[in-house]
Amino acid sequence: MLALTVIAIIVMRNLLSVIMLGSIYSLLSATLFVRLDAVDVAFTEAAVGAGITTVLYLSALGFTGKHQMLTRKNHFVAVFVVFVTGAGLLYSTSDMPAFGDPNAPVQTHVAPRYIEKSETEVGIPNIVTSVLASYRSFDTLGEVTVVYTALIAVLLLLGSNRGARQDKS
Amino acid sequence: MRKNPILRETSHLLIPAILLFGLYVQFHGEYGPGGGFQAGVIFASGIILYALLHGIKKAEKIISLSFTKTLAALGLLLYAGTGVVGIFLGGNFLDYNVLAHEAVHGQHWGIFIIELGVGITVTTVIISIFYSFVKFNK
Repeated sequence: MLALTVIAIIVMRNLLSVIMLGSIYSLLSATLFVRLDAVDVAFTEAAVGAGITTVLYLSALGFTGKHQMLTRKNHFVAVFVVFVTGAGLLYSTSDMPAFGDPNAPVQTHVAPRYIEKSETEVGIPNIVTSVLASYRSFDTLGEVTVVYTALIAVLLLLGSNRGARQDKS
Repeated sequence: MRKNPILRETSHLLIPAILLFGLYVQFHGEYGPGGGFQAGVIFASGIILYALLHGIKKAEKIISLSFTKTLAALGLLLYAGTGVVGIFLGGNFLDYNVLAHEAVHGQHWGIFIIELGVGITVTTVIISIFYSFVKFNK
């Protein structure tokens, strides 16, 4: 399903349909995350990927127009780079531990400590929240700063102050 | 907007439910899936739905762009400020154990406050970005 959606996105030229398919792709990945028992991630994917990103793309469509321009040139270098990177990634996945392997590094490093001590140290039932907000709160502070920086960048680029913009032009 | 009575009435039913669900996700994040990021996005989508249906002018009467810009900075300040309070109470930066008389209690407070900061910042950042996009298009 995911692959079919991606192929449709590549083939389509109407940007409105591409945005809608992107939203569908996010929703499908959200169901995949639910299947992998990562409800928090699925929640975020459904809310951000399928919801807000689609709305922002749609409002950005006002700048661009509805149709993608057809390019005459064939980008052989780009295609080559994409295939080499893809092949490299596929090759390196063969070295990864099997899915759900209890001896994989990700399961033996800090995860057991979080799972065992979270109840007594932090005392809230949702371990994801306790890792995100307490054990790794520096990372989360960084993330919030990134979100805020994004706002500053958008305001600098689009200029919320219309009066100043008209003065210039 | 007058042309679409179905959209208008459905949105009147949906928007309060979306906002309430956003608050639920915000304050229930310690017990179920969710937290500040998701809650912020859901809350913002409620406001954006209102702005899409009633126009940006009516939405700005409820929440203006300058208000959301200020709140976005305040949310981040709330998060970082919690960390600084931890330093003043004798712990490390973002150490919640010292926030209350008991370590676990302090953790509860700390997580509650920083999730609130995250929620405020994410909500207002998304609303502000949406406003600036729409205003630029006009």
